[in-house]
Amino acid sequence: MAMIETNKLRKVFGPIEAVKGVSFRVEKGEVLGFLGPNGAGKSTVMRMLTCFLTPTAGTASVGGHDIRSDSMKVRRCVGYVPESNPVYGDMTTVAFLNFIAEMRGFRGRELKRRVDEVIDRCWLTDVRSQVTETLSKGFKRRVGLAQAFLHDPPILVLDEPTEGLDPNQKHEVRTLINRMAPDKATIISTHILEEVDAVCTRAIIIAEGRIVADGTPTELKERSRYHGAVRLTVETPDARGAEQALSGLPGVENVETLGKTDGVTRFFVSPKHGQSVLSGIVKLANEKKWRIEEMSEESGHLDEVFREITTKGGKHS
Amino acid sequence: MSCAVSILKRELKGYFATPVAYVFIVIFLFLTGLFTFQLGGLYGEGNGQADLGAFFVWHPWLYLFLIPAVAMRLWAEERKSGTVELLLTLPVSLPQAILGKFIAAWLFIGIALALTFPTVLTVMYLGDPDMGIIIASYCGSFLMAGAFLAIGICMSALSSNQVVGFIIAVVVCFLLILAGHEPVLAAFRGWAPGWLVDAIASVSFLTHFSLVQRGLIRVTDLVFFVTLIIGWLTACGVILEMKKAE
Repeated sequence: MAMIETNKLRKVFGPIEAVKGVSFRVEKGEVLGFLGPNGAGKSTVMRMLTCFLTPTAGTASVGGHDIRSDSMKVRRCVGYVPESNPVYGDMTTVAFLNFIAEMRGFRGRELKRRVDEVIDRCWLTDVRSQVTETLSKGFKRRVGLAQAFLHDPPILVLDEPTEGLDPNQKHEVRTLINRMAPDKATIISTHILEEVDAVCTRAIIIAEGRIVADGTPTELKERSRYHGAVRLTVETPDARGAEQALSGLPGVENVETLGKTDGVTRFFVSPKHGQSVLSGIVKLANEKKWRIEEMSEESGHLDEVFREITTKGGKHS
Repeated sequence: MSCAVSILKRELKGYFATPVAYVFIVIFLFLTGLFTFQLGGLYGEGNGQADLGAFFVWHPWLYLFLIPAVAMRLWAEERKSGTVELLLTLPVSLPQAILGKFIAAWLFIGIALALTFPTVLTVMYLGDPDMGIIIASYCGSFLMAGAFLAIGICMSALSSNQVVGFIIAVVVCFLLILAGHEPVLAAFRGWAPGWLVDAIASVSFLTHFSLVQRGLIRVTDLVFFVTLIIGWLTACGVILEMKKAE
């Protein structure tokens, strides 16, 4: 059974239809990347899954419980970090986590064990007694995650968990998520595409309230027009001839000369959609006795795919 | 219910975590003292009685400004910082969350009220007051504070700006006090039918507090204040539910 299963979720705010019928599933062990431009409806979907908002139509089952009829059970099995990571600024780290633990129904020794464990796991020992308002962004984010991990929930919903962090802090947060993920079902919303490669096993792209793509990061990249393109640096006296020879290979859509220095030429060879050109290029280079200095195959650009499908064919800039 | 208690503890600690609580208590005590002894004339001529009428009569007017000040942060702050989303996705129902915050603030006002005990000691030193009346008046005053607070907490949910919540709460409370003020009623008495004048008077804090401050708590007054509390807290829940989408 899927840990999260949404069925035609819709949410209308006054005249605006923010979410227009979204259906997807997340299994245990999966980390689902929720991609989309700002205002696409990512946060709204997450708020419905965590029972903050009630859907206008449709429903979802989270951990086997219906978000409409079994809200309290859903809340118990979800760890949630809302957008912009709110924590009570006037409390110390440990007081805040104690409060959350109490709200989660832990008492006495069990409470202390849970809080100590999560402080240790999220590297918060040094800031235990510091007021959260005064913490750096990275620490504050970890406090927010600690709060969500505290009751070891089978489901994690993290709304832009690395937003606004520096590269080191992002890495820390991703490491934490990766460590937690294997035995949980996780949804992470983001518009940072490198995140998808770093943590997600699957990604959904959502635009204007609808799901426009759903697949593994690799599958999504394959939709890029640069998927399978080859970057090639060769030493040859006859750059024009080489360009023509490359253009003549089967499956080649276009050859671009990126630059020329001292008899070394850099080419960018784009394939026709879904075709591979790498082996053809290798064969050609052998025949012509080019000395290859560097050659690499592109796996595709996620940001290009993202732009393409979220802006109706990439027509807008 | 245990969640409401956790929220209550957090909120109550929250008051004392900042200087706000102390500032509030000092101002409250200073003003009750000033009003009672200077303006109220507890020592004044012609007041040969050892009672606390001059003390309690000022309470609606003090509460008018001080209680919205206590209540204004309760939801506005949560909404401003976004923690409302955290709080309301924890396994706690909305009524419990509201109740936890309400009781915390009410207890806080209770603490401030209890700290006026030197006034009681004063009249006890000066004469032989009826302690039953004094205790009943305190209870009545505390109950009325709850009604003010319920209005304040409801208005605090209205906007993420604390000042907006404060001002609206003061206005609403002021109208509810004013409705029973004699000059206001006189203005209506000239032309309005009797039942309307009675109706206006009956929604007023002053009307219901007038006997309370003499130590008499009638069932109707009790029902009035409790109904106000329940009604405004319910409205608070409705507003919070509506404002979630913003």
